[in-house]
Amino acid sequence: MRRRRLRGLRFRLVVAFGLVAAISAVTTGALTFREARTGVLQQSQDATIRQLRTQLNQQAAELALPPERSALRKFAQDLAATESRGNWRVLVTYGDLSGSSASGDPFTEVTPALREAVASSRATVFQRVRHDGRTSLAVGMSILFSTQRIPDSVETPSGARVFLVVPQTTEQAYVDALVTAAERAMVAALALAVVLALLAARGVLVPVRKLRLATRRVAEGRLDTRLAVNGSDELAELSHTFNETAAALETSVAELREMEARARRFAADVSHELRTPLAAMSAVTDVLDEDAARLDPDTATAVRLISTETVKLARLVDDLMEISRFDAGAAVLHLDEIDLAESIRRTLASRGWTDTVETELPPPHAVRARVDPRRVDVIVANLVGNALKHGARPVMVRLSGDDTVAVIEVRDSGPGIPSHVLPHVFERFYKSDSARIRSEGSGLGLSITAENVHLHGGTVRAASHPAGGAVFTMELPLRRAEPTEEYRP
Amino acid sequence: MSRVLLIEDDPAVREGVALALRRQGHDVAAAATGEEGLDRLRSFRPDIVILDLMLPGMTGLEVCRTVRTLDQTLPIIMATARGDEVDIVVGLEAGADDYVVKPVLARVLDARIRAVLRRTAGAAPGAEGLPKIHTYGELAVDRAGLTVALHGEPIALAPSELRLLLTLTASPGQVFSRQQLLEAVWEHDYHGDARLVDACVKRLRTKMSEPPRAPRYIHTVRGFGYRFAAP
Repeated sequence: MRRRRLRGLRFRLVVAFGLVAAISAVTTGALTFREARTGVLQQSQDATIRQLRTQLNQQAAELALPPERSALRKFAQDLAATESRGNWRVLVTYGDLSGSSASGDPFTEVTPALREAVASSRATVFQRVRHDGRTSLAVGMSILFSTQRIPDSVETPSGARVFLVVPQTTEQAYVDALVTAAERAMVAALALAVVLALLAARGVLVPVRKLRLATRRVAEGRLDTRLAVNGSDELAELSHTFNETAAALETSVAELREMEARARRFAADVSHELRTPLAAMSAVTDVLDEDAARLDPDTATAVRLISTETVKLARLVDDLMEISRFDAGAAVLHLDEIDLAESIRRTLASRGWTDTVETELPPPHAVRARVDPRRVDVIVANLVGNALKHGARPVMVRLSGDDTVAVIEVRDSGPGIPSHVLPHVFERFYKSDSARIRSEGSGLGLSITAENVHLHGGTVRAASHPAGGAVFTMELPLRRAEPTEEYRP
Repeated sequence: MSRVLLIEDDPAVREGVALALRRQGHDVAAAATGEEGLDRLRSFRPDIVILDLMLPGMTGLEVCRTVRTLDQTLPIIMATARGDEVDIVVGLEAGADDYVVKPVLARVLDARIRAVLRRTAGAAPGAEGLPKIHTYGELAVDRAGLTVALHGEPIALAPSELRLLLTLTASPGQVFSRQQLLEAVWEHDYHGDARLVDACVKRLRTKMSEPPRAPRYIHTVRGFGYRFAAP
């Protein structure tokens, strides 16, 4: 469930929107930030260097060379003093001598690399240094001699070097503000993206959910289900297509049902119409049989044949009527709580099978069930009759049961049922041997048996016993009488 | 042997069944409609009526009810072309003593006729040695005269109803299963139809003015059968 939710459309949409928003916000933010930061820092650093150079140009002449240590310190202090806010810290070196604007300042910002760079270049060298969490700008330059009166004269290094350290807290604050702004913008963009994603998902998911529910309803057989078509987007088209499909399905199912109903009615009508002539014929079969003895042999054979066939036809029509009752859903259970063992015994006795069929029945009242006694009688009689007709003796009927289910097993000792026949034995008019055009029964017996068992909510199956012989096993769920339900005729 | 009135609209069935029953030794009169059948009832004075359920004009059910008002004790066997549950139940509740579903073999029909006639002739089984007249509350059963009276007023019972009552009252308090009653009253020698018993009990209760929800005499033992209890 959780996995499914993580792979769901809503989740994926939110993630996709979020990613897109995050990537664009980060990219835009990063680029803007970089440009802005560079701009801010560049500007302040240019201003600082320009100011330093101006001051140096004015004051360099005051420095006598080679200088005293005190002169160096004085020079440094003068330089530092030219910046009104007192942010400057100045270090002046000459060879091994050095003087600074603040005594005892270690000038850790002035790195050896910077010193090296100043020593080897005439250009102004600067470096941004991060120290103790604060960013400072360290600038270094050599003091050059110049014959000031002669323009374009060659300047030569004097050996004195000036290092300036300016804290960049203001600039840092600017940059920090930029970062915060970018972060805030990104959070807002992300939140907006998620909201948009949820809205988009809703726009897609609501129709999809409706479609899913509608599909399920159709699958449950409610073919009149239709979707409301809103707008003209792809989802609306999908809903429209769904509606068309459902309508087509409904039409063809209705046609099929109509055809099926017609076929059932036809079978029922035919059977019913056959009853009246058969009633007349059946009534006189005994007369024919009786008189056959006095007729000449050919006529006697013909008369007996008609008599036998009439009886068969009558049974077939009976079975067909029963089947059409099942098909029409008109078969109802008349439930009564009976002792199944006793019921089986009666079924066998009433058909004269008590001596030919072996039984293995539990003691009286051990297996009682709420069933339709007439249908159970039909079921057992059919299975046993089938075993006697198509199998071989001995035929064994076994009843067992626990609290929930009763099992009736009918086994014969014949050759069993070929495996390719097994799946079809409960089909109507199924003949296991296609060469055998007619069997003794109507071909509906096992089909009626299965219908009767299903009506009881049970199952019946056929199998071949490993030791030979066919085994029909019927399982009936045991329904105890509900206290509220009174069997009152 | 016995006088059978056959009411059946289809000529082929009528002739076939009449022929077969005559061969079985019965004296048969045949009528094509319910009205004709009721006419023949007076002139022919049959022992038993075989009545088709679906008749033109007056239906079999109406004929059955009319016969019951004329003669409470005349046995009626319904012959129905429709074996549907509802037809059988309606037929039985209209007062038929038995029913057969067409097509039916002549020897089966003959067996049913004999069984129904037997039970109208004789007393209930197990009644020997009992006093002739029994009273149970307001109900008086005369086993010799085969009459039943409620509040001193005789009530007219059909043969199967009388026989059912005699069987139940033979051992008050004993529970009879439907199958036992089927064998004792209808003499069905096959695994018969419990609805016969139920329909007959229903009619008997009505005639004995039993409140359907709380019967005084004939009690239902759920899932098993019936029992007669003297209040």
